[in-house]
Amino acid sequence: MLTKAKDVVCTFCGCLCDDIILTLDENRIVKVERACANGMGLFKNYNPDLLSPKIRGKGASWEKAIKEASEILSSAKYPLIYGLSSTSSEAQRVSVKLAEALGASIDSTSSVCHGPTGLAMQFVGEPTCTLGEIKNRADLLIFWGCNPIVSHSRHFARYSVMPSGRFVQDGRESRKVVVVDVRLTQTARVADVFLQVKPGSDFELLVALKALVKGKSLDAVEVGGISIKVLEELVSDMKSCRYGVIFFGMGLTMTKGRDLNVRELFSLVKELNDHTKFSALPMRGHGNVTGADQVMSWLCGYPFAVNFSRGYPRYGPGEFSAVDLLCNKEIDALFVLASDPVAHFPSKAVDHIMEIPTIVIDPAESLSAKKATVYFPTAMYGVDCEGTAYRMDGVPLRLKAPVKGNRPSDEEVLEAIFEGVRRC
Amino acid sequence: MLVIKDGQVYDPINGINGETKDIWIEGGKIVESLDHIPQGATVIDALGMIVMPGGIDIHAHIAGSKVNTGRKLCPEDHYEHFRMAKGDLRSGVGFTVPTTFMTGYKYAEMGYTTVVEAASAPIVTRHTYEELDDMPILDKAILVTLGNNELLMDRIAMGQMDEARDLVAWMLKSVGGYGVKVVNPGGVENWKWGGNVASWDDEVKYFNLSPRKIIKALIKIADELGLPHPVHLHGINLGLPGSDITTAEIIKDACGRLHLCHLQFLSYGKDKKGRMCSGGSYIANLINEHPNVTLDVGQIVFGNATTMTSDGPLEYRIQKMTGHKWCNEDVECETGGGIVPLKYKITSLSSAIQWITGMELFLLVKDPWSIALTTDHPNAGPFFCYPQIIRLLMDRDYRNYFISLLPPRAFRGSVLKDLGREYSLYEIAIITRAAQAKILGLTNKGHLGIGADADVSVYAPENFGKRQCICRFKHCRRALDFPSWVIKGGEVVVKDGVVLNEAPGIVFRVAPSHGESIRDKIREEFEKYYTISFDNYPVQEDYLKNTKEVICG
Repeated sequence: MLTKAKDVVCTFCGCLCDDIILTLDENRIVKVERACANGMGLFKNYNPDLLSPKIRGKGASWEKAIKEASEILSSAKYPLIYGLSSTSSEAQRVSVKLAEALGASIDSTSSVCHGPTGLAMQFVGEPTCTLGEIKNRADLLIFWGCNPIVSHSRHFARYSVMPSGRFVQDGRESRKVVVVDVRLTQTARVADVFLQVKPGSDFELLVALKALVKGKSLDAVEVGGISIKVLEELVSDMKSCRYGVIFFGMGLTMTKGRDLNVRELFSLVKELNDHTKFSALPMRGHGNVTGADQVMSWLCGYPFAVNFSRGYPRYGPGEFSAVDLLCNKEIDALFVLASDPVAHFPSKAVDHIMEIPTIVIDPAESLSAKKATVYFPTAMYGVDCEGTAYRMDGVPLRLKAPVKGNRPSDEEVLEAIFEGVRRC
Repeated sequence: MLVIKDGQVYDPINGINGETKDIWIEGGKIVESLDHIPQGATVIDALGMIVMPGGIDIHAHIAGSKVNTGRKLCPEDHYEHFRMAKGDLRSGVGFTVPTTFMTGYKYAEMGYTTVVEAASAPIVTRHTYEELDDMPILDKAILVTLGNNELLMDRIAMGQMDEARDLVAWMLKSVGGYGVKVVNPGGVENWKWGGNVASWDDEVKYFNLSPRKIIKALIKIADELGLPHPVHLHGINLGLPGSDITTAEIIKDACGRLHLCHLQFLSYGKDKKGRMCSGGSYIANLINEHPNVTLDVGQIVFGNATTMTSDGPLEYRIQKMTGHKWCNEDVECETGGGIVPLKYKITSLSSAIQWITGMELFLLVKDPWSIALTTDHPNAGPFFCYPQIIRLLMDRDYRNYFISLLPPRAFRGSVLKDLGREYSLYEIAIITRAAQAKILGLTNKGHLGIGADADVSVYAPENFGKRQCICRFKHCRRALDFPSWVIKGGEVVVKDGVVLNEAPGIVFRVAPSHGESIRDKIREEFEKYYTISFDNYPVQEDYLKNTKEVICG
């Protein structure tokens, strides 16, 4: 018999679209409506069957796997818990508790995406808003170093470019769209204005814009490959719009300058608020990476890169962040929660992962899971287990479990390991 | 069974003023005394000690989206202030914005057991609930910001008062709120275009509405719904010289119960030359004439603070004034928000005037039942500095010493130096416990009568000031800062000033009744203006497991 689930939240990306309609047949999703291609892949044909954990690649019972994982963690001198961004905040909360009990370091994927945004925010602050403000008010949208048409496919339709809002009656017609990027991306193709910045010149460009906003004249014909005349036009648009916003992505945070780029961007937006209303929003990638920042902030006081070896949280981006700990070969056990460092980390970091015992919790058998000493196949948050996730703008949503769950949730496995560690 | 024996009990709701009395506790409640103490009962010898109901904080920013942004924003606030994990107790960090577990522990270690989160935008209240779940010991409640709610303003502007009332009821019920918080009504909406309001009759842009119409409508709605706590208002012109005029206007204009929060920040006068001065005595006199109006003070504490409020334009102004880092957080269809760290310096003229204004309110408002002690944590200072304020109120010599430290020019137009009033312990118990419970409408809190929740704090006077305060303010002296015992819900949670173990805390909420049709009436508009599905908006049962409904009417 076919059943329908409405208003389902898709956790693929930080958009957390919550209007998905699923059609289920015997606990299998047979039809997905409204989701983008990325979201489709998340839901369609999802197999909720109970799978057994693996110890060194061989099937094992849950009890054995929990015991093995607990022993690895409690005998480690310096374990690291890493990931967090593709699971519920309930599971994230338990992972912080576990890190505290172990005296471990804990870091989220923020440290390799918008960590620099957090650092920038801690220097200058962050003028921002929720996505609905953009929908209802923004008439100037600037996308900087991000490509939402590919990475956040429904962002345009639901939140930014296309929708009509309370004070933006004509949708796309009422909004001007500017894209700043190093290449002509798909997003750039649909923009009204495309500024192709020379790779590595974002910082200069942002400084130049701020100077122009402040009314200074620049002794240059171009900055970052863009003529001053074009920049002056952009500044004029920025100052005269009713409500402007800059969305930015890893083109700013993970290129030369990193947090300095974002600091400059936030300062620019701060400056613009002396002329009109302006906000900045990071395009957060994973479904609940924003939740990871939130949970770590309320439990540790810091958004990522935290160490508990002294019994209380200490903050150390560059010191306690995962890539650095691995490249420096400091840690002797790795606990991966809902992410895939073996697939995404620099080879030097992966080399160290290969040398130490690892525990991986993931609904899918990722590269990291394949390598893991202990692997737990868990339920997928928002598909066959419930929980909370935070949208890229901090709006929290309840995740439903449209598919009846057979596998334990991340949270349950974490709790079992926490208990296991206590007994060790 | 637990018996607190031979303490001097201060229980103003029951008129008990320092009499020696035993308090009997069973099943989390205060119970009738028996003829003799049964075997197996725990007995606390409180001879020579002060016994009070657990402290209550009617207005503090402890959890939720804005508070957490404040935590993230200021790592420098945390580095030197930490707490290690111990046994089942969790670790934490933070001075002005502590992490959740640490917040619970630090309140308890001051003898406080109930705290109200002062502002949560309805759409992010799920987040507030998540954080409160990680804040043990304390009982809590959440005030939700409705003063700039666009769906509500549409209805008030069109005079559809029945629908407006149903909407308020539906909002409170759906998000698990306890009361209606109003912040700079209309001003925050205007801020979304970079503007603000300066008078109660200014225009709320595009809404054909004034701040006055919004606040009057909400006062009426809160009355009609029979909410236990009246409208909780942060008015207009906060922080500005001349805010005393707009505050006075609304005190006179309020027909119905009204609570004015952190009123110190809204009671600044302007002298003939346009300079800021204290308007504390002017406002206190008005409060004395209007028994329908209550207030909490929001007293300045010298040292570091983090300002965080839904009043977006205010934070923008503080940022322009100080040049400090600034977060702004506009929330779709509902409210705004901003955060700026700040330091109140004892040598600063304006900080001194702010301090004087708060003290004048404390000392000139005659009826202690209409005034509550707060620092609008962490806006005017951190909550763990309450004992310093208590000492200032109880000890005239200390206050006069303190006054001598302030810049003399700050006293222009102030009567503070002439005020000799000293609060008694009984009055302190009122402004930190009994009045707070009454104003909140929490009938089982703030007293030690039969049937009350067994939240009790026991202080030995010789221990006042025993613990080195972390505020590092060298002139800090304290009272009621170091409880020998704290009992929460009948369980001993603090002994000798230190948390021993956690007890569960619950969240109070209201669920006023409303016309069923309100959902259908707003569904379409909601889906047009918000970015989440209407049916995903209410805070689900999963978050409300540790809550208790307080009945309206």
